[in-house]
Amino acid sequence: MTGALLTAEGLDLHFGAIPALVDVAIGVAEGEVVAIVGESGSGKTTLLRVLSGQMAPDAGTVRWLGQDVHAMGEAARRRLMRTDWGFVHQNPRDGLRLNVSAGGNVGERLMAVGARHYGNIRAQALEWLAKVEVDAARIDDLPRTFSGGMQQRLQIARTLVTRPRLVFMDEPTGGLDVSVQARLLDLIRGLSRELGLSVLIVTHDIAAARLLADRILVMRRGRVVEQGLTDRVLDDPQHPYTQLLVSSVLAA
Amino acid sequence: MNAPLAGYNFAYLDEATKRMLRRTILKAVAVPGHQIPFGAREMPLPYGWGTGGIQVTAAILGPADTLKVIDQGADDTTNAISIRRFFTRVAGVATTERTEEATIIQTRHRIPEAALREDQILVYQVPQPEPLSKLEPRRAETKRLHALADYGLMHVRLYEDIARLGHIAKAYDYPVMVNGRYLMSPSPIPAFDNPKMHRMAALQLFGAGREKRIYAIPPYTEVRSLDFEDHPFRPIRAPQACALCGSRESYLDEVITDDRGGRVFVCSDTDYCGTRVAAQKGVA
Amino acid sequence: MSPLLRTEGLAKAFTLHLQGGTRIPVLGGVDLAVHPGECVALWGPSGAGKSTLMRCLYGNYGAGAGRILLRHGGAEIDLATADPRSVIAARRETIGYVSQFLRVIPRVATRDIVAEPMIARGVPKAEAAARASALLHRLNLPERLHGLPPATFSGGEQQRVNLARGFAPGYPVLLLDEPTASLDGANRAIVIAMINEAKQAGAAIVGIFHDAEVREAVADRLFDVLPQQDAA
Repeated sequence: MTGALLTAEGLDLHFGAIPALVDVAIGVAEGEVVAIVGESGSGKTTLLRVLSGQMAPDAGTVRWLGQDVHAMGEAARRRLMRTDWGFVHQNPRDGLRLNVSAGGNVGERLMAVGARHYGNIRAQALEWLAKVEVDAARIDDLPRTFSGGMQQRLQIARTLVTRPRLVFMDEPTGGLDVSVQARLLDLIRGLSRELGLSVLIVTHDIAAARLLADRILVMRRGRVVEQGLTDRVLDDPQHPYTQLLVSSVLAA
Repeated sequence: MNAPLAGYNFAYLDEATKRMLRRTILKAVAVPGHQIPFGAREMPLPYGWGTGGIQVTAAILGPADTLKVIDQGADDTTNAISIRRFFTRVAGVATTERTEEATIIQTRHRIPEAALREDQILVYQVPQPEPLSKLEPRRAETKRLHALADYGLMHVRLYEDIARLGHIAKAYDYPVMVNGRYLMSPSPIPAFDNPKMHRMAALQLFGAGREKRIYAIPPYTEVRSLDFEDHPFRPIRAPQACALCGSRESYLDEVITDDRGGRVFVCSDTDYCGTRVAAQKGVA
Repeated sequence: MSPLLRTEGLAKAFTLHLQGGTRIPVLGGVDLAVHPGECVALWGPSGAGKSTLMRCLYGNYGAGAGRILLRHGGAEIDLATADPRSVIAARRETIGYVSQFLRVIPRVATRDIVAEPMIARGVPKAEAAARASALLHRLNLPERLHGLPPATFSGGEQQRVNLARGFAPGYPVLLLDEPTASLDGANRAIVIAMINEAKQAGAAIVGIFHDAEVREAVADRLFDVLPQQDAA
């Protein structure tokens, strides 16, 4: 695939006898939003962990700009994770420091890459709180005093503040109320376009995938059973499982 | 010089243990600021009283050395006297309260006011060698953070201080970067003493007995206190003069003199203060 | 003059795996060609596959057989086989689609929904917003609605938002699926004018127009879409 930032080929991973990934290939291009959908246990979160270097596959390679992610050593991988990459966890508590203020949470990645001017760090934290619609007056409050939706938006600000090129998102709207979900999806959509971000998003929410993604991969039992243009896969599904998945969505 | 107590090896520890300690120290010197684990022995004093410092001192002490021991800057406190007496008994070495006469200075929570020389060694007693311990409780994780020089977390702590209090509130055990590579705890010395560590002529050794870690700063090594460009590190001292010697430069202890709130400020470094007082009397 | 959009032997069938693998053929051997400045109206009974053909032409449905050739960026690309990124690029630059229903994006203001495709093509934000507003006014959507998300609008209002979004960028190829279905006479006349203006500007248009008045006003010719025989 030309212009691809992240490419993976031949990924295989088994947990004992259970196939988590079977011959998975995927590519993400610059500025492209790719959704991975499938039911719980289909292997989509495992795929995200393997692609982001957090888990090694039994076989296959993951390349970032041509470089083998699983061969690059932890220091390089961590550097990647706080510069070119970002990771948004389903549970904001996994992606935030709950005993550190909102401003400190946003500033951490800046400081990790060498920012040493308090005033600038704070100004950027304020700018990002505004972008994710968190009141500036909350900058010194601890995230544990925030609602779930606010925590998730704070996690997004914390992740995007260093302008990563690729963001991995694991069910970012998972634990949220429907009204809050729409707001968050809209925010992710707006920011990814504004910043020209590439996003790899795992979700079981078909509507979210339709709203956000250029391309979609449908996973089942560790395999990619169907992939392509988001609206084509959802409106003209070919695989029996995709047809089941699409027809199982409740129309609101 | 006293005769050492019969039945003990020189400086209490057996030679194999001392060799292990010296290897650890050499490794520590080779990787400035990096914590090296070692097999800490039971010492005849409780943890928290300087078991790490004593083992380091025992490993480097020779018969010709002159030992000074200070506790919070003072030569005359229980801890300092006990340790000095211990080495007098088990090594028969000379001891002193004069900074300039000492070849080895074991210290708890201070650096002497007088500049140290190349032929001196400063041994710190360290309760908690891990500067990230309060931020990241998992040992394996802090080791990884050191290995990757991933120190954003420490700056987050300083950021939080400024955000809440307007300034960095850490007054002691203020974290430093050693040789531009390792984040290091200077032990609970006042932040006032931090600048003395930078390019110090004397070798600095740090021993943590309970935590079983030794680390070091070789002579003339760069030691920088963490800060922000717009909130630079500032050593703080009480804005007073010493009630005894009148010093406005030295680090001061606040001493309560009565039950009615009376207080005076005196030098924490008793040798420094005493030397100045004696000089003033000599002049008078 | 070469066509902007053409199909060769286009066929489409649906296989319903959830209903025992029933295969429903909808299109077969469709050879359509639309030239610049031409409006072709799809013609056929209800259920004959007109909407399916429209969706195939937009790449929304995959093709079972044949080719869908779109003149895009100085060359023809086959939407039936193009990779997703090429289809997305073609939709951004070359081909627009006005469906009967507006797929509402939560919380996004009407003006921004209309301006979005223009911004994606590189029109500066302010200019895109101004053009969006002008077009919405022309379609009789008052200023006070421009800043609101269209989720709560009436069917006719939503359809006009959809029309504004489809017409604003000035795509060389435009697909219109019942563009006037929920509109009153006055607004229908405006849409007819807009379609004719697009034709004069050289656009190739394919439409489904149930409304005879509209069809006669804009269509240059009819293209028959005939029901396929069930070939189970």
